[in-house]
This record gives sequence, C-alpha cells and structure tokens, in this order.
Amino acid sequence: MSGNLAIDVSGLTKHFGTKIAVDHVDIAVPEGEVWGFLGPNGSGKTTTIRMLCGLLHADEGQGTCLGYDVRTQSEQIKRETGYMTQRFSFWEDLSIRENLDFVARMYELDDRKAKVNSTLDRLGLVKRQNQMAGALSGGWKQRLALAACMLHSPKLLLLDEPTAGVDPKARRDFWEEIHTLSDAGLTVLVSTHYMDEAERCDRIVYIQNGKLIARGTVAEVIAQSKLFTFIVEGEDVRRFVQRLQDEPGVEHAAFFGAALHVTGLDRDALEHALAPYRNESGITVLEAPPSLEDVFIHLQEQAQ
Amino acid sequence: MSSFSLSRLAAMLAKEFLQMRRDRLTLGMIVGVPVMQLFLFGFAINLNPKALPTAISIDDPGTFSNSIVAALENSSYLDVIRETKSPQEARRLLDEGKVLFVVEIPENFSRDIVRGAQPDLVVETDATDPAAGSYALAAINSLATTALRDDLVGPLAARAQGPPPFNVVSHLLYNPESITQYNIIPGLLAVILTMTMVLMTCLSLTRERERGTYENLLAMPATPLEIMIGKITPNIMIGAVQSTIILLVAKFVFNVPMIGSFGLLAVALAFYITANLAVGYTFSTIAQNQLQAMQMTMFFLLPAILLSGFAFPFEGMPVWAQWIGEVLPATHFLRIVRGILLKGNGFGEIWPNLWPLILFMFVAGSFALARFRRTLD
Repeated sequence: MSGNLAIDVSGLTKHFGTKIAVDHVDIAVPEGEVWGFLGPNGSGKTTTIRMLCGLLHADEGQGTCLGYDVRTQSEQIKRETGYMTQRFSFWEDLSIRENLDFVARMYELDDRKAKVNSTLDRLGLVKRQNQMAGALSGGWKQRLALAACMLHSPKLLLLDEPTAGVDPKARRDFWEEIHTLSDAGLTVLVSTHYMDEAERCDRIVYIQNGKLIARGTVAEVIAQSKLFTFIVEGEDVRRFVQRLQDEPGVEHAAFFGAALHVTGLDRDALEHALAPYRNESGITVLEAPPSLEDVFIHLQEQAQ
Repeated sequence: MSSFSLSRLAAMLAKEFLQMRRDRLTLGMIVGVPVMQLFLFGFAINLNPKALPTAISIDDPGTFSNSIVAALENSSYLDVIRETKSPQEARRLLDEGKVLFVVEIPENFSRDIVRGAQPDLVVETDATDPAAGSYALAAINSLATTALRDDLVGPLAARAQGPPPFNVVSHLLYNPESITQYNIIPGLLAVILTMTMVLMTCLSLTRERERGTYENLLAMPATPLEIMIGKITPNIMIGAVQSTIILLVAKFVFNVPMIGSFGLLAVALAFYITANLAVGYTFSTIAQNQLQAMQMTMFFLLPAILLSGFAFPFEGMPVWAQWIGEVLPATHFLRIVRGILLKGNGFGEIWPNLWPLILFMFVAGSFALARFRRTLD
C-alpha cells in the first residue's frame, strides 16, 4: 500500500429541501483497500456515493477522489471510477453485448471489441451475448453490471448495495471477485446491509441520519461500542425474549438464528437480568464477544 | 372465489383516490385541459371570421373609388390594411399571406360606370383556406348593388335602377376549386410532426429516468450536448421519413398541388422539426415519468392544432389568440408549407415566417440545454 488516499473527503454535506441527507461526513480510504459502507436505509449512503462520483453536487465540504477535486473535477473522476448503481441501470432492451459495447464506446476504449469479448468470456456469457439484458436473472444482472463498470479499468469502484437480492452463491462469487480486484490495486467502497460482507472489508464506516458515527476495522468498531453480549440458547428460548427486553440493563435481545443475543452496556446489570435463566433446565447462558450486528442494532436503537 | 366485498371495494377506491391526488400534474391536466379547450373553442375559434386583411389597388381614383373603399371598410368582414396604386404590390401582399383579399379598381372604372358599361371590380382571394374567405366574399359581392347608391343621383339616377353599375369578378387564387384537402393536407404535415417529434423526444429521455438508466448515463463521461444530439438525431430522421410519407400521399392520393421548391421546403422542415424536438427535450427535463411526458405533449399539441390556423381560420381569432398562435412554431410552419406548396412562395416570401421558426428553435434549444443537469440534483 503506497499510503496514498483514493478517497479523501471531509465535511461532505447534502441537503434535500430542509432535510439534511448527509451531514459533514469525512471519509479517507487508502488506495487498494476495500471499505464497507454501512448504515440503515435512508441514512445517506447512496447520496454520499453519488457525491463522490460527481452525480450530486455537495452543498458543503471538500476533498479529492483519486486526487481530483470532488467539487470541480467530476469529469476526471468519472473517467477513472466505476459506479454500480443500487438498481440495475443498464439497458434492458439492449443485448448483453450491446450494453458492454455501448459502455466501451462511452469511455472511448481502444481495442473495444477485444475488451468486450474478453469480458463476455470471463463472465461466461459468450453464448448468451445476444440475449436482452432484461432477460437476465438478478445474479446475472449484477455480474453484468460489475463487468460493465470494470470495463474501462477504473482505479476506484463505488458499489451501492451490489448484492441486494442476490443468492448466497452469487454473493460469495461476487466477493471473491472484489478481493481479486482489490489485490490488483483497485480501491473499493461498497455499501451493504450484510454483516458477513462487512466482515470481509478492510475497514467499515457506519453512517446514520447522515452522520458518520463509527469507523475502523470490524474489531475496532465492536470494541468502540463497549457492549457486552450474552448468548442464551436452548429449548423454547423464544418465550423469554419479551421479558428480557424489558429488563433493566438490557439494550436489546435479538435472535441470531436459534441463539438469543442479549446485549447491554452494563455487564453487571446484564448478569443480574440473566441470573434467573441460568437455572432453567436445558438453557445455557454464555458470554461472548458482541457481533457486528449487535453493535449496529445498538447504534440504530440509540439514535431513536 | 370470494364474493364481492363492499369494504374491499372501498379500500380499492380509497387507494385509487389517494394515488390520483398525489399525481399533481395529472390532476392539473384534468382541470387544465377542459378549461383550455373551453376557452379556445369558446372564444378563439370563429367559423365566420370577420375583419379579414384586405388590400385595395386603385387605378382610377375618384368619387366612386372612395365610395367603394368606404363600403369595404364599413363591412365588418373586411379590414382594409393597405391602399395602393400598384397591383403588383397588392399581389405581393397576397403572396406573402399578409392579406387575404385584393380588390382592384381598374382604369376607367368611373367612366365605364357613367357610360353604363358595367366595369369589372376584380377581387382576388387567397383561397388556400376556402373556409376563411367565403363569408367575406359574399359580402363583397353584395357591394355591387349598394356601394354606389348614394353616388348615383341626378343625371346618373338611372344607373341605380336596373342592372348593378359594376360586376364583381372574383378570382380564387392558389386553390381555384376551393378544395379543402389542399389546405388541410399540408397543414397536417405541421400537426403530425409536432405531435410525434415532441412526444418521441420527450419520451426517450423520460424513459431513461424512469428506468434508472439515466443515472448510469450520467455516471459515464458523456456531455450534455452529446446526449442531446444523440437523443434528437434519430427523431430528426423519423421526422424526415414522416414528412416524405405525408408529402407522397398528399401528391399521389390527394393531388395537392406542389408549385414551390422542395429544397426550400426541406430547409423549413429541418428548422421546424428541430424546433419541436427542442420543445420535447425541454419537456423531458421537467416530466417525472412517461405519462406526464404524454400529458405535456397534449398540452402543447392542442394549441398547435387550434390556434395555428390549422383547424380554423387564423384571421378569425381574437387578437389575444392570434398572439398565442404567433408564438407557436406550427403557425409559422403552416404558412410556410401552404405558401410553398400552393402559392409557389420563394425564400423572400417565406422569410417573415422562417425567422420566427429559427428564433423559436434557438430559444427552445438553449432552454433545453440550460435545463439539462449533469447531475441528479
């Protein structure tokens, strides 16, 4: 890692009418890293990404993307950035090849045909190249979209919830691809709601109501939260949930699969709340490090 | 199958009304279009047009001429906007469409009346729109018996009796058989092009926005001018194809005369098509979805049909409606296409209607480019 920053913005702010969508956000992503961009729906992730790639003007704030000024040099940024929109935004009434070819021409790529061919080949879509893009399934659309925004060999990839609605296998393959690209030096900022995806990022930033409220590695973000979590397992734990949630000291009690995570800031209070259940037969109560999801649920509930 | 439920129906109705209320533009159209139609049909349209612009060429000044001019001016059907000694000038006004009638008082008119020789009062009519002038022509014809009544006294009193002192001879120019199609078919060129050009352009950009592909387009390094020219050019070609079809049908099915230059018509067509595309492009920067794009097109099309002189005589409209008409590209193109095809107008005669078209094109085009956002703001 050269230590250069691919994204270096501070005080980024955007209003829509009277609502403040992004509120003085600072992000500094070193070249070659994969950063996860997390936060609840409507927290300002998409708006931030759009400001980074010049699709929205920031009301306030300054900084650079790939060394170009985000306020004045969006043309240069667009040329070296790949942006994958949240919703599939290629032309459904063009074929797969036609879409790729159009993108290649937009970026005035040399050796267009070869690049389109090799992309089709790599995607395994050579046989289906003449199918309309609209006929593809969700997972294939996502692969096509990624390939299309990689076509001009960008240095920075901005991905807005790329894996929403995609099956687990496709999601896994997608992340394999992201890491391969990152190893080759590409910088990636990817927004997601999936914790397993967040855990595959070098660093994460968490944004809520337009404000950036947590950042760091997954371990750092968990540590910063100062949360304690106990895992309650056993038969019929379901019946305890409501009662546990109302206990003092319990921030939230939520299921992760079959296990109930009981989380709070005060360890003693948690112990006290859980004491009666330790004696129940068939129930185990064990302390465990809080998961990222515990932290996010906590952050989100705190904001309300 | 479940039975018909009133409460489900109520839910359905409530949902529909909520959605209707939230689509402000459609709601505006529901109110706006009938009001517009009421005003246009009610006030602007006049199938019995009066005060039609008329020129008089006088080759024999005198008492009789004065009385005829006075009688013409008194007639509510005519508005004498020009008196001239030169029949050529009068004819030019007719060619340019500045007047619909030219009344020619020939040499020795007075002498021939005194002699009882029944001279001819020649009335040349622009018959491209046969409906426009028919009432006025009837009014002129009736002048033969009444115009000189007060002058034919004393020794001439005998002339007031018996046959009229002069004959009214009318020449229907440009469309001597008063065939309505000769007027309507070239006019349709203007209307059809407005409809398809505005709609096609408006839809093509709105569709990108509706489907989300617009964001992708903006994220790529395309400039507004590239996008605009790219969006407009295919529609220019469609316009050219449509024009060709309409002109071929006009020629071979309706036998519409085509006297003027096709090159000149092509030039005017190019400006007219581009002007309409610019309007469509501007609309597309405003419309949120394809339905709104259609509605905005209708809002533009309605005046283009009603106030341009296509469906109803332009001269019959009140001044305010004529002003609105003058702003519309369809009005000017209509005059150009009728002028070229039926009158054989050259560049000089169509220029007064060509420059407003070009001006409109530039204003609408700049507006479209200025409205275009390179961002999603």
